[in-house]
Amino acid sequence: MRHDHVITSKQLSRSDIETVLDRAAEIADDPAAVADRHAGALLGLLFFEPSTRTKMSFETAMKRLGGDVVDMGSVESSSVKKGETLADTVRVIEGYADALVLRHPKQGAATMASEFVDVPLLNAGDGAGHHPTQTLLDLYTIRENAGLDDLTIGIMGDLKYGRTVHSLAYALSNFDAHQHFISPESLRLPREVVYDLHQEQERAQVREHESLEEILPSLDVLYVTRIQRERFPDETEYQKVAGEYQIDAETLEAARDDLTVMHPLPRVDEIAPEVDETDHAAYFEQAHNGVPVRMALLDLLLSGEGGETDE
Amino acid sequence: MSDDGDHKLRVSKIRSGTVIDHVRGGQALNVLAILGIDGSEGEEISVGMNVPSDRLARKDIVKVEGRELSQDEVDVLSLIAPDATINIVRDYDVVEKHRVERPDVVEGVLSCPNAGCITTGDEPVSSRFEVFDDAVRCSYCGTIVREEIASLIDT
Ligand SMILES: [Zn+2]
Repeated sequence: MRHDHVITSKQLSRSDIETVLDRAAEIADDPAAVADRHAGALLGLLFFEPSTRTKMSFETAMKRLGGDVVDMGSVESSSVKKGETLADTVRVIEGYADALVLRHPKQGAATMASEFVDVPLLNAGDGAGHHPTQTLLDLYTIRENAGLDDLTIGIMGDLKYGRTVHSLAYALSNFDAHQHFISPESLRLPREVVYDLHQEQERAQVREHESLEEILPSLDVLYVTRIQRERFPDETEYQKVAGEYQIDAETLEAARDDLTVMHPLPRVDEIAPEVDETDHAAYFEQAHNGVPVRMALLDLLLSGEGGETDE
Repeated sequence: MSDDGDHKLRVSKIRSGTVIDHVRGGQALNVLAILGIDGSEGEEISVGMNVPSDRLARKDIVKVEGRELSQDEVDVLSLIAPDATINIVRDYDVVEKHRVERPDVVEGVLSCPNAGCITTGDEPVSSRFEVFDDAVRCSYCGTIVREEIASLIDT
């Protein structure tokens, strides 16, 4: 299997993941060693919906490798506004850049775009679909804090709409990880994700819960996501569940001392600020890890080493 | 083909072409849709619906005069008519018999029900679905459809 493009976490094997994370660890250890590694290379940023952080993270990664970026700019100011197709846009920008990063509101956009270009294409989020670079930085953070094998992880919050959650679950099924999914009934994992985890990924050990309480003491990692108020038909329904899924210092008294708490950010009120001061908090570290992980990915793809694996 | 005896009287024999038999009751028009046959090219088409059958309690049968279906076309039928049998007829004789086989992938046949899917926009891309035993899945957005596959037929 050849990875010229990074579209979903499903395409990543255990060895692919380890290759990226190992490279990211080397880069984090000695960033100066790669400072000129891709001098002159250009990364095309195509963000069809705004995502300042993800965009800045890619931009930083490319510049720290000695390269630079060309940016399509906002959709409002581009020819997209005039009705140009995504297929045409990527074929044009491919001529300027050595690799492309795509964020697009439609699901499957990155898969389709990758069929039209020869340069590596990285999916930076396609609607409710996939966000594989987020998953890789999540995995990096988990590996640094708890290790990826013999792992017990709780993933809590909006599991229905959270693409980072689906993407992480697929990737974790490559490892000996016990995955516990904690959410209100109405925001459980989509049945097709559960189907995939059970049917297609033999190793996945998946359980679902409505309450954090019973499972919290056994967790190595608690991955929290935001429960989106706008997903609920009315405010009272939201109020009923919201409190149950908020973490504060008192909640964490029942947890192991070495529990790692993660969050893809931005957070609203699901993790109280007092948790930031504890040893549990890893979410800012997690966000910072985006740069070495994206540097590692870009380095592997631009050096043509993203390619052959044993499969 | 003992169950063919009775309805032969109702659905005329064809001289040359294709007889699609053992279609699940009520699916005959979907069979024509999935094959892209709407009669606009002058094909002579006979349809029998809900005729008694030994194998399926009620079945449909479709006869298309003057056209021999390819194996690819036949396989697409498996999505909505998994039990179908295909007879190719020349000069009133059945010269070939096929059964449908489920293809791994169908392209340009179904349209994705997910309004957020890139294939539903104006992009120059045709739909592609992986075919499972009991469902199909969009290769672009991942949406799985189990029932109502017939409603996705791109006509
Ligand atoms: Zn789709």
